[in-house]
Amino acid sequence: MKEKLEALRNASRALIDEALDMDALEALRVRYLGKKGELTALMKDMRSLSAEERPVIGALANEVRSELEQELESRKTALAARLQELKLAAETVDVTVPGEVRSIGVEHPMNQVLHEIEDIFVSMGFKVLDGPEVERADYNFTRLNTPDNHPAREWTDTFYFDEDSINLLRTQTSGMQIHAMEDLGVPLRVIIPGRVYRKDEVDATHSPMFHQIEGLVVDKGVTMADLKGTLNMLVRSLYGEKTVTRFRPHHFPFTEPSCEMDVQCHECGGKGCRVCKGEGWIEILGAGMVHPKVLQGCGIDPNEYSGWAFGMGLERLAMRRYNISDLRLIFENDVRFLEQFE
Amino acid sequence: MQLSRKWLNEYTTVTVGDREFAEAMTLSGSKVEVTEDLSETMHGIVVGRVLSIVRHENSDHMWVCSIDAGGETPLQIVTGAQNVSVGDLVPVATDGSLLPDGKEIRTGELRGVKSEGMLCSLKELGLTLHDYAYAIEDGIWILQEGDVTPGTDIRSIIGADDHVVEFEITPNRPDCLSVIGLAREAAATFGSELKLHTPEVKGCGGDIHELASVQIDDPALCPRYTARLVKNVKIAPSPAWMRERLRNSGVRPINNIVDITNYVMLEYGQPMHAFDFSCVEGGKIVVRLAKEGESITTLDGNERAITPSMLCICDEHKPVCVAGVMGGANSEIVGDTAMVLFESANFDGTSVRRTALALNMRTDASSRYEKGLDPMNTMKAVQRACELVELLGCGEVVDGIIDVVPKAFEERHVTLESERINALLGTDIPESEMREILKPLGFELNGYDILVPSWRSDVEGTADIAEEVARFHGYNAIPDTLYGGGSSVGGYSTEAGFEREAGNLCRALGYDEIITYSFTSPVMYDKLRISADSELRSSLKILNPLGEDRSIMRRVALGSLLEILCGNYNKGNRNVKLYEFAKVYRPKDNGLADEVKRLTLGIYGEGVSFFTLKGDVEAMLKSLRIRNVRYQADRSNPSFHPGRCAGVWVGEDCLGTIGQVHPEVAAAFGADTELYAAELKIPEMLAHRAGDPVYAPLPRFPAVTRDLALLCDSETTVGELADCIRLYGGETLRKVELFDIYTGKGIAEGKKSVAFSLNLRSDEGSLTAEHAEEVMNTILSGLKEKLGAVIR
Repeated sequence: MKEKLEALRNASRALIDEALDMDALEALRVRYLGKKGELTALMKDMRSLSAEERPVIGALANEVRSELEQELESRKTALAARLQELKLAAETVDVTVPGEVRSIGVEHPMNQVLHEIEDIFVSMGFKVLDGPEVERADYNFTRLNTPDNHPAREWTDTFYFDEDSINLLRTQTSGMQIHAMEDLGVPLRVIIPGRVYRKDEVDATHSPMFHQIEGLVVDKGVTMADLKGTLNMLVRSLYGEKTVTRFRPHHFPFTEPSCEMDVQCHECGGKGCRVCKGEGWIEILGAGMVHPKVLQGCGIDPNEYSGWAFGMGLERLAMRRYNISDLRLIFENDVRFLEQFE
Repeated sequence: MQLSRKWLNEYTTVTVGDREFAEAMTLSGSKVEVTEDLSETMHGIVVGRVLSIVRHENSDHMWVCSIDAGGETPLQIVTGAQNVSVGDLVPVATDGSLLPDGKEIRTGELRGVKSEGMLCSLKELGLTLHDYAYAIEDGIWILQEGDVTPGTDIRSIIGADDHVVEFEITPNRPDCLSVIGLAREAAATFGSELKLHTPEVKGCGGDIHELASVQIDDPALCPRYTARLVKNVKIAPSPAWMRERLRNSGVRPINNIVDITNYVMLEYGQPMHAFDFSCVEGGKIVVRLAKEGESITTLDGNERAITPSMLCICDEHKPVCVAGVMGGANSEIVGDTAMVLFESANFDGTSVRRTALALNMRTDASSRYEKGLDPMNTMKAVQRACELVELLGCGEVVDGIIDVVPKAFEERHVTLESERINALLGTDIPESEMREILKPLGFELNGYDILVPSWRSDVEGTADIAEEVARFHGYNAIPDTLYGGGSSVGGYSTEAGFEREAGNLCRALGYDEIITYSFTSPVMYDKLRISADSELRSSLKILNPLGEDRSIMRRVALGSLLEILCGNYNKGNRNVKLYEFAKVYRPKDNGLADEVKRLTLGIYGEGVSFFTLKGDVEAMLKSLRIRNVRYQADRSNPSFHPGRCAGVWVGEDCLGTIGQVHPEVAAAFGADTELYAAELKIPEMLAHRAGDPVYAPLPRFPAVTRDLALLCDSETTVGELADCIRLYGGETLRKVELFDIYTGKGIAEGKKSVAFSLNLRSDEGSLTAEHAEEVMNTILSGLKEKLGAVIR
């Protein structure tokens, strides 16, 4: 009996080691440990043993059984690991094959610049307003201290909707200064982006429709130093901390004093080059202290309140930022153009 | 305004280099566009004397000259010109020299004979017969410039030893369109002395009032007219120095009298005109509006019809000049002009501008007048002109001056308020500095009273004085501060914030953003198949558009999108998805517009269908928390495929339309492919947006899924079935998903099979089979009753 058990132990061990898959292993389990299995049969035979032999052989049989179970289990684990390995190897992919790309759309480059500027101003406490493009000449010109005979009012320069030149397509966002002062009163801290229209034929640098951002601050004690500080902060946020700027006197009917702001040419660092047309500086916006007549016209006492305003053209800013050479590309909306601005 | 620095230096001495000059002038308010050192345009060209001339041995038309060019030995130069004689003084481009056209001259051989340079014509020196009338066009320039010695640099003779500065002068400062005006600015900028000059005229007796008269019929358009007479005029070229000044200021020399008028205009900023007095009938100048039917041939040789809105200078019978714009040929200064009347007048700027515009002839004079000139300048200018006549010896000035001033000029006074100026600028500039700044600009200070100079009509109040102070204190010396006034919370409007969110979603769904013109062509409505009587066609019309194709303000944004979509299609761009936030303009009774935003979407490409676009719209609306959206078939929208178009509805409101663009519309826009587009209304979307999300507890009990295959009429829509299922499913039914639509084998004609997957769940406890069965039965009986749909 003992010999039989030993023989079974050795034979089963060898077979388990040789088993190559789960099915073979299961077959071995059934062959030895199943209800009709060889070990089960041997253990049944123990009834024929003597009382002295029975516990000894019984212990051995149990030993063989648990050994067998253990071996089956460990072989199973090993086989599983091996099978997993094979399966994974079979599942290998070529990682250089392109992924299944879900294409993400692109924001129009001009709106990218606009949103960047809006965010900067919002962080400085400005509210963003929208305003009418079909506008009264009164708001676009008269109340901005622009005389009746001003050249910009000519039908050669401005689009009109009636013979009396009362309603027009706004030529600047500045008319929203008046609306803002009228509708919201003081204190005021707003920017107004929007479309403006001038009677220019389309070419590489002109378009009958383009975009501006207007800014307006009115409060007690507002100074030209505030104007400079705020606009310098804008430009440094846009172009980097080290950007050099300068302010020059200029003329606008609705601001006094008026100025234009230049940034030092990024290309040549101020030496003068093709980009800045030899000047070393690039003009980016017009600004000034709100003209006392404009404040007065909105019922704001210029002796008590002061304000500053600015206006900047967005297209030029976007064109400079992205090195876009032709304004027409902006409104052509060719996806091969748009998709460069991811 | 083009300024000669040599001329400027006659009024104030500024010796800094061009770059520094430009920078400082720009920062004080006179913006410099460009500077040019004329001497850099040429070098190595000197005066030479012709010592001998012999025929070229190998040529029958060339000559070999020996030239004394100031060097130790004469130069041998070959020339093809035929007008050179021994003893002539000629310009010689020596070895290594540079001509204005960029050509370099080197010693070389011409047909075997050495030539150490080149003799120059006027043209080769960048000059014309206007500059040196005695020269000939095709030949060497034989100098007649008085006492010049061989070796003299030609640049000092032709005035090319000058520097020229081009200014961009703002329209409020017409006084700076003159040498004196810029000299005043330069003197204030550099702290140099302004050396003004009072013209002196000797006169020759007589009295202008006996010979001529001036009558102003329209004082509003001509506030002042000043005139003097010159007799015994000898028309000739003006002297070299005057021609040089004109040339370096960008003005062509003509003859002494005309050059004097141009010289004075450049120097004083006061346009002048010279009439041949013999052509002024009756000796009478009448300043009046043109009469109906009048015409004039202007100095440029064009006959021009003039209208009764145009101010003219006339004699007894006819116009002799378009006031402030251009003189008439009938009174032009010509070779035998003997008597000249100088006009130095002040005209209304707007009138001159409109006339120049209407006649399409913007001149140096009109571009000055149109900005509004100083009426006090006319006298100084006419005196200067007469002084120059005497200086040039080209005529005798008749005593007396005609000066008609219909309305006295009013002085303007402003108070010096240093505290307010500092408060406005955010500075701490001492009052004494302010006074020092104002004086050299011509402001007369008397205590705190400031008398504004007559040429500064732009200065009206303290803000203007603040600008003067700031300009010369330096804009860049003003400190940078951030917050005047209180702080405030910034932010976007609800609509702008919504647009940003919706834009992000569009891009996440793969759409590129476009920006289109808001004006369009009326033809756009035809292309969109919008009916002729549609209310949509009543658009705001621009009366002076750039063209018919940009003449109306769009009522519909779809057309703009389709133009761009088809533009991309025709460029061969594949699989395109576009979106835009586009305003449309609905006319209001007051002539203005309701301007409302639309979101347009457009796609074409491989595998794209109605459901591609619909899926994108659904995903977007869901993400924007716009719920309970219905898609209702719309067979009547003329721009869309009648079988593939839906209105997007929430409750009673239509949010917009989606669908396949009608093939005829697509064709009208130039595309022969299927286009899908949506036009959604932003305000309506915004109105149906659910509020901020509120947390709902996660389900505690498991859900049960039941599949439901239905047999119904083929006319019955999936939406109707799903709505019905939802209605009868009650609270327990959580989700209804379509998973199959089938017609064909096994399904009767006129019928279809639609299969849904239903998700059932209770919040009270695990759903029992009985409960689920109950719900399903309710749904099924509802379907049967309402839609005649039965389980398959």
